Amino acid sequence: MDATLLARIQFAVTVSFHFIFPQLTIGMSWLLFWMMARWVRTGDARYRTMARFWTHVFALGFAVGVATGVVMEFQFGTNWAAYARYVGDIFGAPLAAEGVFAFFLESTFLGMLLFGWNKLSPKTHLFSSAMVALGSTLSAFWIIVANSWQQTPVGYHLVNGRAEMTSFAEVVFNPSTIIRLLHTVDGALIAGSLFVLGLSAWFLLRKRHVAFAVDSMQFALILGLVATGVQLFIGHGHAVQVYKTQPAKLAAFEGHFNTEANADLLVFGVPDVAAEKTYFRIPLPGMLSYGVSGDFSTPIKGLKDFPRDEWPPVLLTFFPFHTMVALWVIMLLVTIWGVILLWRGTLPDNPLYLRLALWAIPAPILASTLGWMTAEVGRQPWIVYGLLRTKDAVSTTVGAGEIAFSLVFLSLVYAALFAVWIFLLRRRLALGPEEAETTGKGATA
Amino acid sequence: MSALQVIWYFLVGVLLTGYALLDGFDLGTGWWLLREKDPQQRRRMLNAIGPVWDGNEVWLLTGGGALFAAFPPVYASVFSGMYLALILVLFGLILRATAIEFRSQIESPKWRSFWDLAFGVGSLLPALLFGVALGNVVRGIDLAPNGDYLGSFFDLLNPYALYAGVFGLVVFIVHGGLYQLVKLDGDAEAGIKKSLYLWWRAYLALFILIGPATAIFAGHMFGNFMRHPLLFCVPSAILAGIIMVWIYLQTGKYFKAFLANCVAIASLLFTVGTMMFPNLVWAKDKALSLTAYNSSSSELTLTVMLVVALLGVPLVLLYNLWVYRTFAGKMKQEEFHY
Repeated sequence: MDATLLARIQFAVTVSFHFIFPQLTIGMSWLLFWMMARWVRTGDARYRTMARFWTHVFALGFAVGVATGVVMEFQFGTNWAAYARYVGDIFGAPLAAEGVFAFFLESTFLGMLLFGWNKLSPKTHLFSSAMVALGSTLSAFWIIVANSWQQTPVGYHLVNGRAEMTSFAEVVFNPSTIIRLLHTVDGALIAGSLFVLGLSAWFLLRKRHVAFAVDSMQFALILGLVATGVQLFIGHGHAVQVYKTQPAKLAAFEGHFNTEANADLLVFGVPDVAAEKTYFRIPLPGMLSYGVSGDFSTPIKGLKDFPRDEWPPVLLTFFPFHTMVALWVIMLLVTIWGVILLWRGTLPDNPLYLRLALWAIPAPILASTLGWMTAEVGRQPWIVYGLLRTKDAVSTTVGAGEIAFSLVFLSLVYAALFAVWIFLLRRRLALGPEEAETTGKGATA
Repeated sequence: MSALQVIWYFLVGVLLTGYALLDGFDLGTGWWLLREKDPQQRRRMLNAIGPVWDGNEVWLLTGGGALFAAFPPVYASVFSGMYLALILVLFGLILRATAIEFRSQIESPKWRSFWDLAFGVGSLLPALLFGVALGNVVRGIDLAPNGDYLGSFFDLLNPYALYAGVFGLVVFIVHGGLYQLVKLDGDAEAGIKKSLYLWWRAYLALFILIGPATAIFAGHMFGNFMRHPLLFCVPSAILAGIIMVWIYLQTGKYFKAFLANCVAIASLLFTVGTMMFPNLVWAKDKALSLTAYNSSSSELTLTVMLVVALLGVPLVLLYNLWVYRTFAGKMKQEEFHY
């Protein structure tokens, strides 16, 4: 394998693994804030117990997220040196801003949130929790700014053999920033909610901590349902943006080869790149044209009208995209059904639903991974859309052997971390909320 | 423009100094943890850094981000050139971040010993490699005209860089020991204090010898000093700091000893910056060295980043101060769990 492909695989592996944790962190941090706010407002100790237990669960994943996040920032230099030199004038700024405006906030107040139970007044503690949630969300903002600029680069000119910034505001609020931020953060809210929902279901399946679990599920279901519902509109808005700014990616989303009006939206299909056709189509007639433009007669440019060397890998864009959408349907069903059971007060008595909720934990995480795959593979062959090709962006000094070593090494470390995380999560659940409260099992950090 | 380049040369230095001062004691704690046998004391040591280590590590991320934003060619050349070394640093940082969170989850001596070892190794490995990296940047690495590093991994392990690595390691171990003295009491305190006297001697000796070593292996470092002989006064602040550490240590004023060491570390890095200016990385062929003038971002980017720094950093310092004050003083028994 050549060094470029290995570097790409390494980036995909490290970023996919990393992003499992920040999305849970962002989603759960807002849930924690909500629980703590209820505790401060009502003075009801149940909410304190709840916030405290879920903070423990939260902290387990946070550590892994921090550890694997450092790898991401360094990787632009270690593996993508040519990229760093060519666009560093623009791309470095949001990463530095993330540190100053977001990550400091999140990490500093995390210490207060975790260690403040006997030190802080409830209000200060609540404030710390708000700062953690705000910091993690701002963190997402700056990272999305950087990535969106790769998708829809504006606010720069080519000079001195590199891209230089002409407007920071244009770079930050490039055409895809806001919609992609909403899409990502909303996805994180779903992930955090379904995580708490599923783990609470685990308690109910074992008939343990029933009141605690139902209370927790109430928070998770309300946030989960709203976030999942809203995602329909945000996802739609994102598709419109892709249509306007990255037409080749849109064509790959839908396995759309021929430019035509009244273009179909596919529920299913199997694109054949060699034959330039998509088989086994289950189309919603005309809905692609209508969806992205509000008009059936709008022609949608097909892949055939793009130079062949500007096609993204079609299968690796098409299937992740469609699987992501299918997973959204599942999440919607899980949250709607859950809210109905909650309403009727029969949540603890429905093992079928509880099992479904437990098994739905990975659904939003998988969906966001597939969504990112769609976004990043769909941008190929460009690392910065229309400006710099991925193959011209790698570090020329780093050999395939070195990358193969680091890839295998990091993968093994990550696999071990994941196993330990799951193991400790199970243990934390087995201890349950009250025990964790009274025996102080969570000593030290 | 050139004023901005100088400012950013300084600011990147400030951020990395912030990292050395703050995460430095977390890294150094790795050594004291490995040395301590009593599980109760180990727990207290980790609790002493528990609420703050994560925020401290952000200085590294922000420093890295600032280097990327202000001097992209430097970030690109150094990080890709020192590829394997950086992967090892990352491995260390991953180990210690997860170890400190995971160790407390299960009350089994074996489980804890394992994660304590992971924390120790994960702390000491980066502590050593940061110095090695700085040593290479000071000594000069083999760069191509396009900025690509031409040497191998083993070229990075030259005597001067290894010396710098060991020196850095000792600096962090002393720093961690001083921080723990502020936080601990009883037997642990006495043990660390006794051991610190030995470490301090090594610290002083290594510092005194680094001058001649630099003259032999990296004579170009003295260029600025030769041109402006008054600059020879700058390193005296390091020596003053190191000596004050000894004096305060003997009189039991641990917090002052810790602050004295902060002065020593900051002066050390300031001296390196003064000697290197305007170079960020020396190349073997001096004409190819990466400097603040030939490797910076555009004027607009540097300006924007300056605004970001001026808005953000004071705020960061303010709430950091608040957190440190909240958790100030000796660790009490009841604070063992969060």
